[in-house]
Amino acid sequence: MAGVAVSTTINGDHVEYLCQPDETLLEVLRDRLGLTGAKEGCGTGDCGACSVILDNRLVCSCLVLGAEAEGRQVETIEGMAHGDQLHPLQQKFLEHAALQCGICTPGFLIAAKDLLAKNPSPTEEEIRFGLAGNLCRCTGYDKIVRAVQDAANVMKGA
Amino acid sequence: MRYIRPLSIEDAVGELAKAVGPAAILAGGSDLLVRMKGGFIEPELIVDIKAINGLSDIQETADGFRIGAAVPCAVLGENAALKKAWPGVVEAAKLIGSKQVQGRCTIVGNLCNASPAADSVPALVAAGAKAVVAGPNGKRTIAVEAVPTGPGRTSLAKGEIVEAILLDKRPPHAGDAYQRFIPRTEMDIAVVSAGVNLTLDEAGIIKAARVALGAAAPTVLLVEEAAQVLVGSKPDEQTLERLAKVCSGACRPIDDKRGTIEFRRKVAGVLAKRVAATAYERAGGK
Repeated sequence: MAGVAVSTTINGDHVEYLCQPDETLLEVLRDRLGLTGAKEGCGTGDCGACSVILDNRLVCSCLVLGAEAEGRQVETIEGMAHGDQLHPLQQKFLEHAALQCGICTPGFLIAAKDLLAKNPSPTEEEIRFGLAGNLCRCTGYDKIVRAVQDAANVMKGA
Repeated sequence: MRYIRPLSIEDAVGELAKAVGPAAILAGGSDLLVRMKGGFIEPELIVDIKAINGLSDIQETADGFRIGAAVPCAVLGENAALKKAWPGVVEAAKLIGSKQVQGRCTIVGNLCNASPAADSVPALVAAGAKAVVAGPNGKRTIAVEAVPTGPGRTSLAKGEIVEAILLDKRPPHAGDAYQRFIPRTEMDIAVVSAGVNLTLDEAGIIKAARVALGAAAPTVLLVEEAAQVLVGSKPDEQTLERLAKVCSGACRPIDDKRGTIEFRRKVAGVLAKRVAATAYERAGGK
């Protein structure tokens, strides 16, 4: 298979890579670029563990080809904190114990970031619908919902 | 495998037409990549159509709307004019999958994947939507219901691409709606579904109707007899009961783990009633 040369922007940085045509963006992020925050859960777009933001849209990176990132903007969990300064969502997930094993957490955080960017004051129902593409098998969802509500309040006040 | 991103529909059609092995069109990829990973398809060529001019836009024209084949379903809900004119089509598109999937999936992909349970298809059929098909012999415009011919099968010839969906400009006093039955609140596949599109006269009498049922037969059903029940009436209880009966009778569903034939028949009628009432209300009827 002939490789595909891709020039893209990831977390604000210009990145170039060569990938196989059938390689997913998730595989590129994890295996070629060392950005292992996004996790492969189901690999079929059902669990949300591999969520990233692609040109301002929340997507499962397991259902995007690496070649498709050409000329686009990718945001991953690695771009969420600023140095040692956690994003309010990350801080609130910690405070509310909204994570246990952590596999789903990067996907939840990215999905919640996308949700709050589009709807800064979501109701509980809107949060649950917004995060319905992300599955967690440890905490149950109540702590996650409370963490997102709390973060939304903090971010509005900021 | 080869991945290409042509800049024109002619190039895309040309590459697909001359492909020797299995070829696939990539728009949103939410079906294609799953099928590739499952080993159901091993394309030698993937034609990514997102860079083709006009395929990623929704255009409002004098005749209505033109929705490009690569427009993600999430974008439909963000287009205020489309949402106002065709709320049923938009609500059907917004029921597909999660936010992640909606950021990628397209109504053309939903149509061409040809699942009998596709959410956007009954709404498009009820809306009288057309599909613009580009192929080696030029372009043709066909009714959307002419695209799927059975589960996973379409009428498209080798090299053909559905490049856009056309929705007519709305006459006054018109409305559409879509609902599906699923055993949970979201992120599930329709057990049975219904789309209804109505146009009323000044007095609120239905003068044109289209009723479509999903997951009720190998392809989406356009139920002409159901439309005839509605035309010339207001959706009072008696009319709606007749509508339900006709829709239940028109179903040719399967028994499977998600629903029995009997259940699907019953729910098709119930949904048709509810959806007709909503479409009527949206059309301004009282």
